[in-house]
Amino acid sequence: MTPALDAAPFAAGLILLIPLALVGLTLMNCGLTRSRSAAHVLMASLAVAAVAGIAYAICGFAWQSFADRPAYALLVAGKPWNWIGADRFFLGGLDFDRSPAALASCFGVFAAALAACIPLGAGAERWRLAGSIASSAVLGGWIFPLFAHWVWGAGWLQQLGLNYGLGIGFADAGGAGAIQTIGGLTALSVAWILGPRRGKFSPDGLPAAIPGHNSVFVLIGCLLAFTGWTGLNGAGAILFYHASPARVALIAVNTFLAAGSALLVTSLITRARFSRPDASLSANGWVAGLVASSAGSPFLPPAAALIVGIVSGALVPICIEWFELRLRVDDPAGAASVHGVAGLWGLLAAGLFARFPSAQPDQVLAQLMGIAALLGFIFPLIYGANWILNRFVRYRAVPEAERQGLDLHELGSHAYPESAGYLDEMQH
Amino acid sequence: MKFAGFLLLVCGAVICAAAVAILAPKAAMTGFLLAGIAVEILGLLLVFRSHLPSRESQEERE
Repeated sequence: MTPALDAAPFAAGLILLIPLALVGLTLMNCGLTRSRSAAHVLMASLAVAAVAGIAYAICGFAWQSFADRPAYALLVAGKPWNWIGADRFFLGGLDFDRSPAALASCFGVFAAALAACIPLGAGAERWRLAGSIASSAVLGGWIFPLFAHWVWGAGWLQQLGLNYGLGIGFADAGGAGAIQTIGGLTALSVAWILGPRRGKFSPDGLPAAIPGHNSVFVLIGCLLAFTGWTGLNGAGAILFYHASPARVALIAVNTFLAAGSALLVTSLITRARFSRPDASLSANGWVAGLVASSAGSPFLPPAAALIVGIVSGALVPICIEWFELRLRVDDPAGAASVHGVAGLWGLLAAGLFARFPSAQPDQVLAQLMGIAALLGFIFPLIYGANWILNRFVRYRAVPEAERQGLDLHELGSHAYPESAGYLDEMQH
Repeated sequence: MKFAGFLLLVCGAVICAAAVAILAPKAAMTGFLLAGIAVEILGLLLVFRSHLPSRESQEERE
């Protein structure tokens, strides 16, 4: 089953908004790191977006595929479990004539690029360019398309409703699982493999605060990200869940409500704890609301979108602190918490609160199965792939590069004029 | 410990998938899905525990 053709121009317009999410995320990652590696973050974002998009176009879409296109299926207890697409490489066989499959391939290129940019925030200031490019090639060409096939390509998760009566099957309209959680889990894997930055933890394990260098980038990035996310959620709903273009109003409202309520809650929590709202944590709260809204924004009543945002806004400061203090994960942009944890919450919330035109029982079971697949099948795959890549393409920069900053060491020049000063270099 | 943690993650997902594929009654399916996720949480705890940096590795890095 494919969406009506008259929705195609509308979906195309929404897809063209998605790169704004990429811009927003990149600005946030840049602002949340120190000035000595600012240009490196931007350069790495461009490079990984390019490589992930190219890898997706070469082989990713062939494995993701789309509804009613060729795929491989296993027969389990008499039911087909469609596990990987069997389309042609290099987007072969696609008619770029507004057909839904062609639009899905365009959506996929941008989505793969977005997913690949998420881990950069976790590996900032110590992840070599070569390592991040190798990781993004595997993510865009293999891991993201595999899960995207399960969710959007008539794969076994999408067919849980048809085959086992679990709601409409796993619901993830804007990629809370397929893009955000996969990006967040990659961020966590990369942070583990790289280890913390020099000076982040004392030998006793106490973390040092290493603030970002530009709050303006971070906050402007939030605003741009909202526009991109509206495109992401709207286009996904039309392409993969046959939503009518008229539903985009609800999707945009829900996306905004989730982001706004998350921002307010994070601001209130940080104000209560530090006597003033923390700008970077609040910005992370906003993005966590966007992430959590992605799974169910076409199906949620606005009141439920508020709840989704409130919970994700509360999760962000708790998780970021927990990851840093208790688990000693050095994640400068909080990517694992913002994209991984909030993405999982968004998927669960879609099962708890989503309302469909016809009564669809047991949606929450389909969502739980999707979450289990992400943690049990995809996470080990992500970690294993990055662990192996790290053996061939050394991920971590040498200590001297960290001390100088990756801008100078890998790109040969600083991001800002010398007159801007490098106070943070003196501090650490 | 890291390997055992990831093994538990995979096992938890297999339990969930088996519950969906084999069990028709929704109560039983729900129970086994939750059991599978509990196994995954156990696996996550092990994986997190295995990645806590030791004091020696920290001093070596500094």
